[in-house]
Amino acid sequence: MNILHTENLSKIYHHKDGLVNALKNISLTAEKGSFVTITGPSGSGKTTLLLTLAGLIRPSSGSFSLMGKNLSCVSDSELALFRRENVGFIMQSFALIPYLTAIQNVKLPLALIKMNKAIQQSKAVEVLKTVGMGERMNHLPRELSAGQQQRVAIARALVNAPSIIFADEPTGNLDPKLSVEILDFLKAINQKNNITIVMVTHSPVAADYGNVRIHLDNGEINTMTNKN
Amino acid sequence: MNLFKLVWIELWNKKTQLISSLMAIVIGIGVIVGIRTINVYSEKAVAVKLDNLGANILVLPQAASIDDYYTSDIDAPTIPMEYVEKILTSEIQGVDNLSPKLTRRIEIGGKKYVLTGIQPKNEMASKPLWQNTGFGKELQASCAPTTEANTSHGYEDEKLKRKGVDSLDYSECLLGTQAAKSLHLKVKDKLKIQGTELTVAKLLDETGTVDDDRIFVNLKAAQEILGIKDQISAIEIMGCCNAISDGLLGKLRNILPDTRITTIGQIVSTQIETNKMMKKTSIIFLIIILFVGSISIGNYMWANVNERKKEIGILRMIGCYKSEIYKILLLKACILGLIGGILGYALGTFAAYYMGPVFAQIEVAAIPLFLVWAVLISIGISITGSLLPAYFAARFEPFSNMQEE
Repeated sequence: MNILHTENLSKIYHHKDGLVNALKNISLTAEKGSFVTITGPSGSGKTTLLLTLAGLIRPSSGSFSLMGKNLSCVSDSELALFRRENVGFIMQSFALIPYLTAIQNVKLPLALIKMNKAIQQSKAVEVLKTVGMGERMNHLPRELSAGQQQRVAIARALVNAPSIIFADEPTGNLDPKLSVEILDFLKAINQKNNITIVMVTHSPVAADYGNVRIHLDNGEINTMTNKN
Repeated sequence: MNLFKLVWIELWNKKTQLISSLMAIVIGIGVIVGIRTINVYSEKAVAVKLDNLGANILVLPQAASIDDYYTSDIDAPTIPMEYVEKILTSEIQGVDNLSPKLTRRIEIGGKKYVLTGIQPKNEMASKPLWQNTGFGKELQASCAPTTEANTSHGYEDEKLKRKGVDSLDYSECLLGTQAAKSLHLKVKDKLKIQGTELTVAKLLDETGTVDDDRIFVNLKAAQEILGIKDQISAIEIMGCCNAISDGLLGKLRNILPDTRITTIGQIVSTQIETNKMMKKTSIIFLIIILFVGSISIGNYMWANVNERKKEIGILRMIGCYKSEIYKILLLKACILGLIGGILGYALGTFAAYYMGPVFAQIEVAAIPLFLVWAVLISIGISITGSLLPAYFAARFEPFSNMQEE
């Protein structure tokens, strides 16, 4: 079953120096449970592709669908609803709210779907334990190491049981040992929970975790390989 | 976790910013509450002073002077008795008591006295100085408590309860202290005035006024004795001070155009003017605080929104609607307004409590109703100041650093 599908997806930015063709006619497909890695040099459009697929920015042309739902022309509210119910995010900068504790950060996606507070608590505790943060639940992000913050971010991405997780350079701020730990964990949840992961990375080591590997160059798909 | 908790945690986490943003609104609300609190008690103090003066409005014949009123000139002009009815049927608000009287100088045994015809019941209500004479039932004068401001704060003034003369028979009279001494009369003695025999019903306490030389008789008896039927010299009116400041005199002049209507006591009018000035000042402050407070809160919100762009982006990323971002910021504005209103009320009341006796020579207490107004105004200011920053914050697109074509 295709969970991700794009057709001639393009994105043009208006910059003070002129138009920037960030994505050019990207067409790709990924099946449910895939681990998609997107690589390419800086400015090749990796992050733009990831954010467009995640419904965070709109394409200039072309179409894309997630879980069979065409999201190219839906309203902002529909996109937001889709994200809160089906999508998890892991960012290089961790994207944690600085004044919320680890567990409060993890509860946020559940609060948005107005889940009962007791269930919010039990789910957040469970997922934080899963990522090995059971002992640091009440710590603020600034009281945690980079690796621990990324674990909290992963816990937040997992807590609403998403179908797909978008990860933008999730190991970019981590040392090699921690990077491997995080990547192993992502691979584990990809295989164990059948969650599709789309990950942007600079690292060839990280790219090797993917079974679908896309290499972008100048906004175009340079190569796309499928291990399956 | 919910939106309210999210907002509260953020505010609590940035207490210094919270305090600095609240300063303008707290001080502004405090100034308004302080001025209005002193103003309300000042108005009540004026009401009491007016009441202590007794009648505070005089209706005289057009050609009469104030001197005529006090000297009771024998040739002083008169006005028809029906003018009393005109006032009573006019539905003018703020007229608490009407006291028509006919006054003339008369001679008894070669000595001059002032004969004054009065209407029982109405008369005593306008004579605070007679309250110790011990007769009559209590009359409830409504002067001070005609407005909400004068009724809601437990302001006690026993002088507002007047006693009316139950009855003053056609054949009875009341004697002022000096008149009684001069005539060598006591209660139940007989007094003959121009062929009419009257019984002394009561001797009035000394007042130190022209009343001490007066002989009071029933108005109809006075008209009969003096041969001036259905005419009176003046109508003394106890008017509510607030009504006077709201144009009571003008309204009376409209229905009695051929009379001279004046207030008694420059002090009272000065105080009414002072109260009006304080009211205007508080309105000016209100307008200023609406602007300054809104700009201050707006500025805080704007800075907060810019500072929190990343957090707003995170919230949008995990699925927050634009409307929820809007709600978060307006909820924050409401909390700021609530805190600002409460602190402003406390500051204003505290200031009024200490400054009232110094600047207005009045004792001041808290007015709980102002807490409601302070909070409502403060929340209104906060929301107004936050609307634009909230609107722009809700439009932030996560991760948009360049403008899309």
